[in-house]
Amino acid sequence: MISDAAVLLWGVASLLGTAVLAIAVSRTPGSGTRLVYGLTLGISAAALLVLAGRILEDPVTPSTAVLPVGLPWIGAHFRLDALSTFFLVVINFGGAMASLYGLGYGSHEPSPHRVLPFFPAFLAGMNLVVLADDAFTFLLSWEFMSLSSWALVIVHHRERENARAGYIYLVMASFGTLALLLAFGLLSGPGGNYTFEAMRAAGPTPLVATFVLALMLLGAGSKAGLVPLHVWLPLAHPAAPSHVSALMSGVMTKVAVYGFIRVIFDLLGEPTWWSSIIVLFFGGLTAVLGILYALMEKDLKRLLAYSTIENIGVIFVSLGLALAFKANAMPSAAALALTAALFHALNHSFFKSLLFFGAGAVLTATGERDMEKLGGLIHRMPQTSFVFLVGCVAISSLPPFNGFVSEWLAFQAVLQSPDLPQWGLKVMVPAVGGLLALSAALAAACFVKAFGITFLGRPRTSAVEHAHEADRYSLAAMFILAALCLLAGILPGFVIDGLSPVTLSLIGSRMPVQMAQPWLSIVPIAESRSSYNGLLVFVFIAISASAAVYVIHRFASHALRRGPAWGCGFADTVPGSQYTGVSFAQPIRRVFGTFVFRATERVEMPAPGETRPARFNLEIHDVIWETLYLPIGKALDFATDHLNHLQFLTIRRYLTLVFLFLIVLLLVLALWP
Amino acid sequence: MNGLTFDIAHLLAGGLVLVSFMMLYQDRLFALINVFAVHAIVLALSVAWQAYIQDAHHLYVTAAIALIFKAIVIPVGLHRIIQRLGIHRDIETAVGIGPTMLAGIGLVTLSMVLMLRVTSGADPLAREDLAFALSIILLGLLVMVTRRNAVSQVVGFMSLENGLVLAATGAKGMPLVVEISVAFSILIAFIVIGVFLFRIRERFDSVDVGALDDYRGEHR
Repeated sequence: MISDAAVLLWGVASLLGTAVLAIAVSRTPGSGTRLVYGLTLGISAAALLVLAGRILEDPVTPSTAVLPVGLPWIGAHFRLDALSTFFLVVINFGGAMASLYGLGYGSHEPSPHRVLPFFPAFLAGMNLVVLADDAFTFLLSWEFMSLSSWALVIVHHRERENARAGYIYLVMASFGTLALLLAFGLLSGPGGNYTFEAMRAAGPTPLVATFVLALMLLGAGSKAGLVPLHVWLPLAHPAAPSHVSALMSGVMTKVAVYGFIRVIFDLLGEPTWWSSIIVLFFGGLTAVLGILYALMEKDLKRLLAYSTIENIGVIFVSLGLALAFKANAMPSAAALALTAALFHALNHSFFKSLLFFGAGAVLTATGERDMEKLGGLIHRMPQTSFVFLVGCVAISSLPPFNGFVSEWLAFQAVLQSPDLPQWGLKVMVPAVGGLLALSAALAAACFVKAFGITFLGRPRTSAVEHAHEADRYSLAAMFILAALCLLAGILPGFVIDGLSPVTLSLIGSRMPVQMAQPWLSIVPIAESRSSYNGLLVFVFIAISASAAVYVIHRFASHALRRGPAWGCGFADTVPGSQYTGVSFAQPIRRVFGTFVFRATERVEMPAPGETRPARFNLEIHDVIWETLYLPIGKALDFATDHLNHLQFLTIRRYLTLVFLFLIVLLLVLALWP
Repeated sequence: MNGLTFDIAHLLAGGLVLVSFMMLYQDRLFALINVFAVHAIVLALSVAWQAYIQDAHHLYVTAAIALIFKAIVIPVGLHRIIQRLGIHRDIETAVGIGPTMLAGIGLVTLSMVLMLRVTSGADPLAREDLAFALSIILLGLLVMVTRRNAVSQVVGFMSLENGLVLAATGAKGMPLVVEISVAFSILIAFIVIGVFLFRIRERFDSVDVGALDDYRGEHR
């Protein structure tokens, strides 16, 4: 009987085979595109079937496989346990949806030979990272994933922006992998045990654990998009073709979250309580800053990428809470927080894929990513607008959709904080809860802007007037995702119970069995009185909304109204006088912008008698880029300029340098206490 | 191990350090090579004594290699090279003798402090041996750094290798294969460097490595 892990490895092998095949067929557009995406769809769906069978049958018992490749005498170890099963579901579902979308979207690609070989390879890389069970295989797959996604980022490399995005992504990805390499080096210890099993058994000292935590925050955090390591993400994610953007934002960031959970919760053993403070701090910072950046953005895909950063912040806050509760031996609260994190990861993969697909459909239809040039698309693309609206509502965490449930669970975990013994956490957790609430509210504002400016109002440019509805494959992918957003929102109990093996294996506890609750309610903690019933909320919303629609149409629409003559119902006939994204975000920019973005607004009035119009100038600074990254770049330039002299020394001086360095090392060794 | 064997081993290893200092002091090439030959002889004695007290016969082979190649073949070869190059009158230290000797004393102190501390649990003979060996290695490097001439850099390199052999023989149970391969690699390095010396000489009329830098068009 072949093990499940081996079956999934065959899936990875066939994805790699598809990548090779794609090189051959990518020169024949149309049929080649359909063949490749059809194959990846089939493989991902098959992997999902295997995983579904595993979840229904026995998700706990790990399934392992060893391949005789990789480091000599070590081989490549693979393992499928509850945690990796969950993330494989996320990856392969995202992969299947992106392939389905790509069946239609891919035909608009001007250079398919740059996309088709790397798309299956990227999927294979992500699958391998999650399957890996030793440090070498993990790092190799991680780097493979990074490189294949990099190749997809620079598909349209002739555009300056994209080339720059690719460069920054490459630098940040190498930096992240370096941090991971060091983290695994520390974990494997002087004995050099590269298998995760040996690391799990070793039990690192507190000092090593601290360094590993810091390195994982750098390594996994830079891939996931934790502030201030997020700079590559809003550049690289939008640069790729839209279905790849969806994969990168919706799925690859989850692979980074997986790496963090695997090391911090699984390999590192018992956490210390203050390590959770670090995670909470960066999570909260990421959530608020990510969504503030998104609000300032007028490029639709970049807005979505910034919103990914916010969601990663939410996930990391939940993970930090889980760490805090785990360190204080509060298993049921820890299980709640971890469930919230994983549930949000799943939800985010749903609605962020959906929104990127929608943005891709808009891009195909109009050729525009700038929201200020769109508008009124709801008349040209009614179905796309509908599913995009569903995605917006879900990501704004409004009931009855799935985003609400996971954020609600996170807040329930925040509410457990008074039971924590440490004062630091008692103060910190509610503060972070406040940040979480702020970011949720700002997210709602952000997606009102994204939907309203793009789809409502009147067209701002002629490109929009000739827009057409997306093709049927793209629509199918988007409708499936929208349906899942709703289903996971009204029936969250199934998902929570499905996540219980993961929390059981990592924390040793689980949330109460939700299926046992009456009326499909969910309760976070058995003894607490709060509960949520998505189905009831859905029914209530449906009834009250229908009633409101009926009342409006029955009484308001038929009533006589007076308006300006020849105004056609509009106050002003110029489309440019509509609300724009920038003007929509102005109140929020005034509140936060001066501090976070050093935003300055200046009105230039013409002198009396001058005929030019008055101008309104808005200046926004990316403070993190300017204060953190530019100085590093300058320092690097300065150092390389001055080290250039070392090229021109005599042989004797080179020898002297080596000799002096040796002496310094020996002195350090001699003086070391 | 009785006191006498330990003292003799100590004496020979210490003598090797002393000869290293003599090498630091020489500013003529012939004298330097002669002192290097003495260095090799003392090394051969030291290794032979180790072979005797450890009852490890293969170490006699090492001693013989040291004696034949390093004390006879290489010095004679270097003598010929110098005569053919006509550089036997050159005074070629880049740093003054006094500072060099002071630096050497500092290096020996450093290696003593370091080795005696690091190896605090080990066999006393091995400890002393390692401390002396590190001193010789550092002094050999110092010779290489403070000389301009390629020939004396070769000599410094070889005395450094003597330190490695001393450390190796002090540690019990090093296989003969390793020593032979080290000896051969040194010999090959000698041949290669010798060939290069003539090549450099043909091209630049000098074996002062500074000429190479002039050729690269670079400044010091």
